[in-house]
Amino acid sequence: MRSLSYLLVGIFFGIVMFKSEAASWFRIYEMFRFEAFHMYGIIGSALLLGIVFTQWVKRKGVKSVYGEKISIVDKKMSFARYAIGGVLFGLGWGLAGACPGPMYTLLGAGFLPILVVIFGALLGTLAYGLLKNRLPH
Amino acid sequence: MDKILQPWPWYVSGPLIALIMAILILLGKRFGMSSNLRTICAIGGAGKVADFFRFDWKAQRWNLIVAIGAVLGGYIAINFLSNDAAVTISQDSIEALKELGITDGGSAYMPALLFGEGVFSSTKTILLLLVGGFLVGFGARYAGGCTSGHAISGLSNLQLPSLIAVIGFFAGGLLMVHFIFPLIF
Repeated sequence: MRSLSYLLVGIFFGIVMFKSEAASWFRIYEMFRFEAFHMYGIIGSALLLGIVFTQWVKRKGVKSVYGEKISIVDKKMSFARYAIGGVLFGLGWGLAGACPGPMYTLLGAGFLPILVVIFGALLGTLAYGLLKNRLPH
Repeated sequence: MDKILQPWPWYVSGPLIALIMAILILLGKRFGMSSNLRTICAIGGAGKVADFFRFDWKAQRWNLIVAIGAVLGGYIAINFLSNDAAVTISQDSIEALKELGITDGGSAYMPALLFGEGVFSSTKTILLLLVGGFLVGFGARYAGGCTSGHAISGLSNLQLPSLIAVIGFFAGGLLMVHFIFPLIF
């Protein structure tokens, strides 16, 4: 039952990523050139509602549908990992035009070359795991 | 129905993304898609070469199911919920792309130069996609999250680390599109 709810959320997410065009390489290119409001509208409105929702959950101590306590933990403060990791991610996001969510959506939509991007992303993840202890965090 | 078959405007799409994050939180989970890459590495046996992949990945199975759903969602969206998948980007972007040799801006969902049929016979394109993916995977884990984990979930929780990461995302994207694209295309 729980698995089915995750599957349905995923299907919904995939449809939204595709229909919003957030999964389109062109939209990402256009966003980084500041030539349309579209992507900023998507991220901005999602964020505004996300802030309201998250603060409501935290302040009211809302429980999950299974009655468990919801704990939204803070991220550990540092600078190097977020700044360097962020820039590297951004370079890839601009080039491949897809972040991890849309990668799955594009695969389902039949754009098979995205498999190369997904394979690259797995290699990148593996490389991070191998180098983790030698990188500034 | 016609409204559904058309591209969805930002003021519908953005709130729906917030709704997806809200549903996952209410299910006791979190909205963050790049964690799946680590899980897949762990399932593939990467724990043998790095501690980073020695964790209870079975507890992350729910997120893999979300990812499988996202694949199905992409299939459903393009086959049953779209008349025409062409993305109407701005004229300025279309012109700028033409100068790079990408001529299908405004008339396709993805550029044929990078995602078309002929890609698998071009070593250069394969390499570009591989490098792009590598940076996404490496950067996401280094930064501890991607667009969903930092730009949506983290910023919604008013996290300064997420703000640093998102500024980094944009710095990297701007660098790629404005300075590196003219060199590689």
